[in-house]
Amino acid sequence: MRITATVNGETRQADDVWEGESLLYVLRERMGLPGSKNACEQGECGSCTVYLDGEAVCACLVAAGQAQGRSIVTVEGLAPAAGDLHPVQQAFIEAGAVQCGFCTPGLLVATHDLLRRRGRPTDAEIREALAGNLCRCTGYEKILAAVRLAADRWQDRAS
Amino acid sequence: MDFLQPASWDDALAAKAARPEAVPIAGGTDVMVEINFDARRPAALLDLTRVPDLAQWSAEDDRIRLGAGVSYARVITELGERLPGLAMASRTVGSPQIRNRGTVGGNLGAASPAGDSHPPLLAAGAEVEVASVRGIRRMPAADFYTGVKRNALAEDELISAILIPRAAGPQQFSKIGTRNAMVIAVASFCIYLNPRDRTVGTGIGSAAPTPRRATDAEFFLAAALDEAGLWDSRADLPESVVTGFGVKVQAAASPVDDVRGTAGYRRHGLAVMARRTLTWAWDAFQAGEG
Repeated sequence: MRITATVNGETRQADDVWEGESLLYVLRERMGLPGSKNACEQGECGSCTVYLDGEAVCACLVAAGQAQGRSIVTVEGLAPAAGDLHPVQQAFIEAGAVQCGFCTPGLLVATHDLLRRRGRPTDAEIREALAGNLCRCTGYEKILAAVRLAADRWQDRAS
Repeated sequence: MDFLQPASWDDALAAKAARPEAVPIAGGTDVMVEINFDARRPAALLDLTRVPDLAQWSAEDDRIRLGAGVSYARVITELGERLPGLAMASRTVGSPQIRNRGTVGGNLGAASPAGDSHPPLLAAGAEVEVASVRGIRRMPAADFYTGVKRNALAEDELISAILIPRAAGPQQFSKIGTRNAMVIAVASFCIYLNPRDRTVGTGIGSAAPTPRRATDAEFFLAAALDEAGLWDSRADLPESVVTGFGVKVQAAASPVDDVRGTAGYRRHGLAVMARRTLTWAWDAFQAGEG
């Protein structure tokens, strides 16, 4: 089947999509957006976190057809312009929150989702919000530091 | 594989009648896992996310009519005060990403004994409404679960809504898992103290082939509260009542050993959770909450 959706602000189309295919597969293999990572394929790891109509979801659990006509934002769409970085991305680099990098795209989207709803989250709120994103390098301390740094930057920019 | 995408409830029922083998999908948190892992190749998927009725809830008399497609995230943010037990259980489901997609209707459709919404639905005395082109029927949640991952749906039926009495008193939920998030229950328990009707509701999860009530424990506690006049006095609970309730809840379970825990551990945990949730609920009742 054919899937048409708004992806990172642009209308995108994919043909010959298998009906049992996930949105993650469509994004990575048919639309050339490999930022969302394919790790567990069962909603456990959060590496494929994207926005679907403004809600953070695991793209591996969205059937391709369910995304028809919807709006999707992937990690590639977080930065305001090509070559630019979103403050969340910059904070992850500066805090050393990227080790192997595989969990990073999902954590960036999950962090973005947290900070747009809660400007200055407590540590407990950060842990709760990122509970569905696993880092197998176990670099969680740096990730928490990155989220705090991003929160500060985001608030400064907004004020 | 066919992908059926009805835009109305009538179309959804017609599609299910015409294609009974079609697998309903809402949040995809169970169905997509099975497809991704090649554990299931349904001839058709019936996408219910375009049916507006399913995504709504409304207040009807003393009950909340919860559309089967309302997400856990919305139960938490929109119904926390009216359905505290279900909201508490919803907070323990998966992660934010899962709670944004997963639905109470989906939990019922999957009918896993470990599903987090079952104990609060049982404790609250909820009814499940199912429909087909033949008509609508309603049944107590306790009658909906028929076996491990089996439910009372006929092949042409879909779950339309869950009818949940508004809490008239404290509800508490407890769940044992290996960590605080992304966890399937090793065992879970929900209690509901209803001072208006002077009744007690319970629900046990992940400790029997189906979610189930602990009926003897409900009668035991309600009778103990009545006999000692505790509904009126709100005095402290005698230790024997708390302990006795735990023993009765434990006795209602028939758990198995599996990868998540042993039967013995589940029994032990249930007695602990029963005593704890009763204490929390009674504390709230004494404080005049709920």
